[in-house]
Amino acid sequence: MTVEPRLAEQNAAIALPEPFLRWFGEKGWSPRAHQIELLAKAQSGQSVLLIAPTGAGKTLAGFLPSLTELAVRPRRKPGQAHRGIHTLYISPLKALAVDIERNLAKPVEEIGLPVTIETRTGDTPSHKRQRQKLVPPDILLTTPEQLALLIAAGDARRFFEDLRYVVLDELHSLVTSKRGHLLALGLARLRSFVPGLQTIGLSATVAEPDELRRWLVSQNPPGDMSELIVVTGGAKPEISILDSEERVPWAGHSARYATPEIYREIKRHKTTLLFVNTRSQAELLFQELWRVNEDTLPIALHHGSLDVGQRRRVEKAMGENALRAIVATSTLDLGIDWGDVDLVVHVGAPKGASRLAQRIGRANHRMDEPSKAILIPANRFEVLECRAALDANYLGAQDTPPLVDGGLDVLAQHVLGCACGAPFRADDLFEEVRTAAPYASLDRPTFDRVIDFVATGGYALKNYERYARIRLNKDGLWRVSNPRVAQQYRLNVGTIIEVPALNVRYVKAGSKGSATRGGAVLGKIEEAFLETLTHGDTFMFAGKVLRFEGIRENECLVSNAPGSDAKVPYYGGGKFPLSTYLAEQVRMMLDDPRRWKKLPEQVADWLQFQADKSVLPKRDDLLIETFPRGNRYYLVAYPFEGRLAHQTLGMLLTRRLDRAGARPLGFVATDYALAVWSLGDMGAMFKARKPSLGALFDEDMLGDDLEAWLADSWLLKRTFRNCALISGLIEKRHPGQEKSGRQVTVSTDLIYDVLRSHEPDHILLQATRADAAAGLLDVSRLADMLSRVQGRIMHKNLEQISPLAVPIMLEIGKMPVNGEADETLLMDAATLVEEAMGPEMSEG
Amino acid sequence: MNFSLARTSLITEADMIGIAGERALCDPRGVLYFPELRLLAVSDLHLEKGSSLARRGMLIPPYDTGATLLRLQAVISDYQPSIVISLGDSFHDGGGAERMHASFRERLEALMVGRDWFWVAGNHDPEAPADLPGETVRELAIGSLLFRHEPSKVRVEGEIAGHLHPCARIVQRGRSVRRRCFAGDGGRMIMPAFGSYTGSLNVLDRAYAGLFRLESLMAYMLGTDRIFAISGSMLRPG
Repeated sequence: MTVEPRLAEQNAAIALPEPFLRWFGEKGWSPRAHQIELLAKAQSGQSVLLIAPTGAGKTLAGFLPSLTELAVRPRRKPGQAHRGIHTLYISPLKALAVDIERNLAKPVEEIGLPVTIETRTGDTPSHKRQRQKLVPPDILLTTPEQLALLIAAGDARRFFEDLRYVVLDELHSLVTSKRGHLLALGLARLRSFVPGLQTIGLSATVAEPDELRRWLVSQNPPGDMSELIVVTGGAKPEISILDSEERVPWAGHSARYATPEIYREIKRHKTTLLFVNTRSQAELLFQELWRVNEDTLPIALHHGSLDVGQRRRVEKAMGENALRAIVATSTLDLGIDWGDVDLVVHVGAPKGASRLAQRIGRANHRMDEPSKAILIPANRFEVLECRAALDANYLGAQDTPPLVDGGLDVLAQHVLGCACGAPFRADDLFEEVRTAAPYASLDRPTFDRVIDFVATGGYALKNYERYARIRLNKDGLWRVSNPRVAQQYRLNVGTIIEVPALNVRYVKAGSKGSATRGGAVLGKIEEAFLETLTHGDTFMFAGKVLRFEGIRENECLVSNAPGSDAKVPYYGGGKFPLSTYLAEQVRMMLDDPRRWKKLPEQVADWLQFQADKSVLPKRDDLLIETFPRGNRYYLVAYPFEGRLAHQTLGMLLTRRLDRAGARPLGFVATDYALAVWSLGDMGAMFKARKPSLGALFDEDMLGDDLEAWLADSWLLKRTFRNCALISGLIEKRHPGQEKSGRQVTVSTDLIYDVLRSHEPDHILLQATRADAAAGLLDVSRLADMLSRVQGRIMHKNLEQISPLAVPIMLEIGKMPVNGEADETLLMDAATLVEEAMGPEMSEG
Repeated sequence: MNFSLARTSLITEADMIGIAGERALCDPRGVLYFPELRLLAVSDLHLEKGSSLARRGMLIPPYDTGATLLRLQAVISDYQPSIVISLGDSFHDGGGAERMHASFRERLEALMVGRDWFWVAGNHDPEAPADLPGETVRELAIGSLLFRHEPSKVRVEGEIAGHLHPCARIVQRGRSVRRRCFAGDGGRMIMPAFGSYTGSLNVLDRAYAGLFRLESLMAYMLGTDRIFAISGSMLRPG
């Protein structure tokens, strides 16, 4: 598939116009094989997917077809109408669009091309947007949300009539989310404006390239795929696992033990990028590094909750190579070019082999030199996971998630957007929508229900005809019923739902509620976390230990609390569940003592100890241990299926154990294991086969129990909220006012309750259940596991806790306990009142 | 005991609270019942809130009126009160009664038959609801009790009001629980909103400033089938 270099040189002469060859010559470069191959395919009218590692010259490759075509385009004669957009570039990040503008401007200027390049993002001032509509640039760099807005404008068809190419950057990260669904629908619309439109997708390595190839082209005929160019190679990265002199802890996520060793590595390298999985880990690592930073090296912090200004300063310093180390979360995963990083340190387990490969790719942007990376496991299970990931990476394994069907909430948003742009015929729009890969299998009745939803809410009770947002006219066209609908649509476009969050603002200690406006804003923090804080609690944020002073309006007031320990732990983990592939690797390793030789001695000893005291799970088995401890009985299961699936399993198991009379009290789930505790002796119950473990873990668990639990679950309510906002049932913003979090006029929880009891088959509930099953609950993964372990459950009834159970037992008390009903908590609070004051007081 | 089956005959002394000398039962479904007076008070029904928002382009499910009436029907059939007081904001806006679907109107009228029914005027519905029986009043005094929509700024012993949609929040073992509640200090009482789409406001919010004697503030939080009486000192803002 990859063209040989010599062949490429021959092709280059054919495909590249003279000024380009001269420019390459002046630079002492020659075009890379994949760049020429992509150009040739594009020139023959094909859409192309380019999969290449970082540093392979992907961006230039993506733009070469446009630039070469624009180079030879006849100049516009005076008096001739302005030409429309020639190339649309879409990236998941505003910052990336801006970065590309800079990087592209340079060669364009040096080659002397008559090409205009502009960005259009949420930050673009309105006068510039208006000017862009009148005098469009040749190349427009933008985001999926801006494309949706452009499509919903009345002049969309004219604006895009000259469009030739759409370049989609970081396609692998775009397609997996609802943003990808919206973008796919936008692309379908563009194709209907310009039938010959070509797409060029740029992607990191993925497990299933064919999914992306289909995504790039019309699915009429179904299954059609773009061309594919894969750039393999680059030097193999040098990855090692830190072999710490220190004791690797049983549990926890901080990797604090390794701080001095990490610091030593930072000193040895020019610029180190330190990746962690959660914001709280980032905060903690940053604190710890500064604690040992005797040389006051410039070490910075970067994560999504920090104030934007602060983040930009860090990015700028990084670009200027002014930093020695940056602690970052996934905000730096994507391809912005950051100076000379020569070491990537990954703290905590990577959770997926593909993610690890991408993060390591952030080091050393020259692809012929090896990237260097060190993995720092935070606990013993993570040692196993790192080892597995490392083996997987050497094998080139990929575990990017499979694509899912397009969301119906997203489709509803798109339908309204289309109507805002121009009147449409349902038959035509249905055919158009089905050309988008995520909606290729959409059926007509569902589509019609979505239209009905957009028009009047789609309720069985036809009460809202007179308030319809779009109406079917006599000419067979759907039109928006009034201009206000379009205005509302524009304010609420997009699929990114922000978690309700408050600004964190500095004030003087103890100045709660005073009139002073306070100091700087440090960033934003989730309301859900703040709800658990009491005045005076300390926590870590923005690289500082802060004291919670209170909440005033939309702000969380904090004061500095230097020197104190952050009292309140914040575990925001679970964002990336352990991938199925890695989980299997870990189970294989446990089952194969020969592979333990590669593990640090203390970890190998731990496994040996487990083998002596209990047993190690076989590759395809599920190990269940039961033991008493204190005045409780514990069940620990080791499915290795990731936290989400374990949480779902925990919810369902406690229901079943409760019915069986085991009186379960709560459970806790990690990526590797699940622990349930109860008042009843579960070990004895399983031995007496009342119930048997086979019955307890039967697949039927995913039937009624799941339904019953789901219906009331906060998870479903949260998912419903997202669907309600994306579909336009509830507005994110209303003209003239910004709404956020609880200020939304009607709580979506209340709407959910009412809708569920009156119209359980409503299309939005259908969309919600589909989302929850796929995303939040990992039901399919749980189903696979349950079916895999049928007849393969190994039960060990122990006298005491086993070595393997120690890590999860240590998590108890650190994480919020699930399965404990709200009512129990209320009961406790009410009882406390009675105990403290006697019953007569509680009667008011 | 299970309150969803509560009948007047089942009320025990332990479940009663005192308001200005009158005995009342806080029902976990969000209504207040005075057995001696055979009086049921319910607040902030906000009927037709759904259609009110639909007029402005938010097509939220049109089932709120039906859901609210269904729950109201259940409590009325349990207590069989001779007096019902709807403490204001019975309709979400002045046109609500007119917009109400005929089937809902019939259900509502059936509930009213054979009872003294009072519509207390609220800020959302200052006028009498169109074409509905019952008497519309600004406020209503019965015995030592005074029923009105908005709580008075000055302390009035025995005042029962709504308007503020109180809820309360506690934190236990790192988890936060927020529920609608009755808020009272033994002298006055603010009732939770009953409507299916009504939001709520924490009793520690500034809007409640000066309304209660803080040292005796109690939040009677609504559980699934019982009330949880929580003292003011355990409550959290937000």
